[in-house]
Amino acid sequence: MTFLTQVLNGLQLGSIYALVALGYTMVYGIILLLNFAHGDIIMVGAYISWIVMAQLGMSPVLAIILSVVGCTVLGVLIDKVAYAPLRNAPRLSVLITAIGVSYFLENGAQLVFGADAKVVPTYFNLPNPQVGGATFNGVAILTVVVTAVSTIILTLLVQKTKFGKAMRAVSEDMGAARLMGINVNNTISFTFAVGSALAGIGAVLYSMAYTQATPTMGIMLGTKAFVAAVLGGIGSIPGAVIGGLLVGFAEVFVSAMGFSVWRDAVVFLLLIIVLIVKPTGILGRTMNEKV
Amino acid sequence: MGTILSVKDLRVSYGAIKAVKGISFDISEGEIVTLIGANGAGKSTTLNTIAGLLKPESGEVKFKGESLIGIKPHKIVSMGIALCPEGRRVFTQMSVEENLEMGGYTRSDAENQETMERVYERFPRLKERMGQSAGTMSGGEQQMLAMGRALMSRPQLLMLDEPSMGLAPILVQEIFDIVKELNEQGTTILLVEQNASMALSIADRGYVLETGTITKTGTGQELLHDDDVRKAYLGG
Repeated sequence: MTFLTQVLNGLQLGSIYALVALGYTMVYGIILLLNFAHGDIIMVGAYISWIVMAQLGMSPVLAIILSVVGCTVLGVLIDKVAYAPLRNAPRLSVLITAIGVSYFLENGAQLVFGADAKVVPTYFNLPNPQVGGATFNGVAILTVVVTAVSTIILTLLVQKTKFGKAMRAVSEDMGAARLMGINVNNTISFTFAVGSALAGIGAVLYSMAYTQATPTMGIMLGTKAFVAAVLGGIGSIPGAVIGGLLVGFAEVFVSAMGFSVWRDAVVFLLLIIVLIVKPTGILGRTMNEKV
Repeated sequence: MGTILSVKDLRVSYGAIKAVKGISFDISEGEIVTLIGANGAGKSTTLNTIAGLLKPESGEVKFKGESLIGIKPHKIVSMGIALCPEGRRVFTQMSVEENLEMGGYTRSDAENQETMERVYERFPRLKERMGQSAGTMSGGEQQMLAMGRALMSRPQLLMLDEPSMGLAPILVQEIFDIVKELNEQGTTILLVEQNASMALSIADRGYVLETGTITKTGTGQELLHDDDVRKAYLGG
């Protein structure tokens, strides 16, 4: 029975990684940028929840809404302020800028909130259903369900809507997309908005499970999600989900077997193995260099 | 017939390299005008500048009296100019139908449904393959898709950049027949071609571009029989 509990734990952690990995993969897909500030957006989301509930004493529903909206706005703002002016610059310049934004957010949070952890209050008291002899964590179930629904909505958005199709067009050939009458800048902003909204959802689900906000919480979370995105094949939406779940399961099972010290090492080992066997990731396409 | 597009003293550079060195030409409504010239003469640069993808150093581009300088490419599409780019550049990961939908991005769904019907009528091959991803199609089919996609925005001025490039002779003929037909149905056409004889044979007027300047102009027939043009571009 503990096996099933561990499976659920793996799904829960994997779901959060998947949500964050989706943001990485979407932004990479459209402007070929590894947005290293993405993990820190989650940190900001967690602090927003903390402010709304612990400081202002307002309702958890409002905290969730403001966290998701706050992350969305922040993501678009980062693109407009930091990345958009560099749209025609070498990719390395944008990458370095992303690292800069990441440091800015981490140190900014430390300046404003201090280095010590803030406790994010419990959003809801969820029941922990018992099946057979095993108890299943309510938050974990919620996390898995929310992630599944988010992924389905995202897939429909990208595959079926006009805006989603424009995203795919821009991601394949920005110049040709312009010639279609697609407003490329708006499409990129929209991509950042969607990716950051998913990060906001991830922030709430993460805070429900780990109940802490620290200025540096986004670093490891972001790195693991980045690994997940690369593992699954960066640029691929189903790849990000598969990668996220894989990383989540790997961590939980390594810990469950009593090697929790080796947890992170195993994740990175997994990455190395996949990159040796299939350099483009599990669902990655062979990259054709554009001429 | 009024002037639909006028270009005056247009200069475009890539950094220190001057690609277009002060060219002027105009197109009247209903015409087929072709720009011919060797590789690197500045033909594609001119089209890309009109489409708003490149910013000129100086000069004037006017579409129906309105300046296009500084206007974003997506706005230029809504004004009524479509560019079918060199090398087709269809969205290979997307289906034929999705490619057409993207072509009609500036139009309403209802309009697109109607235009798509017409595009499918003209290119029955595309209808057969509407669910197939564009990357799996042959070069000729991709060219048809690229043209159909450009037509989806219902352009008044259709610019075609090397539509015959890399196609088998029989397909080249087919593509040019279609260009002629589109023109007869009221679309003004600006055609850039390395296949000068084909282009001149269907064009009302032509301009010869050499390293960024216009060296000759005349009707399609005049240029087709011009000794210099024959020597330089038509193989004697």
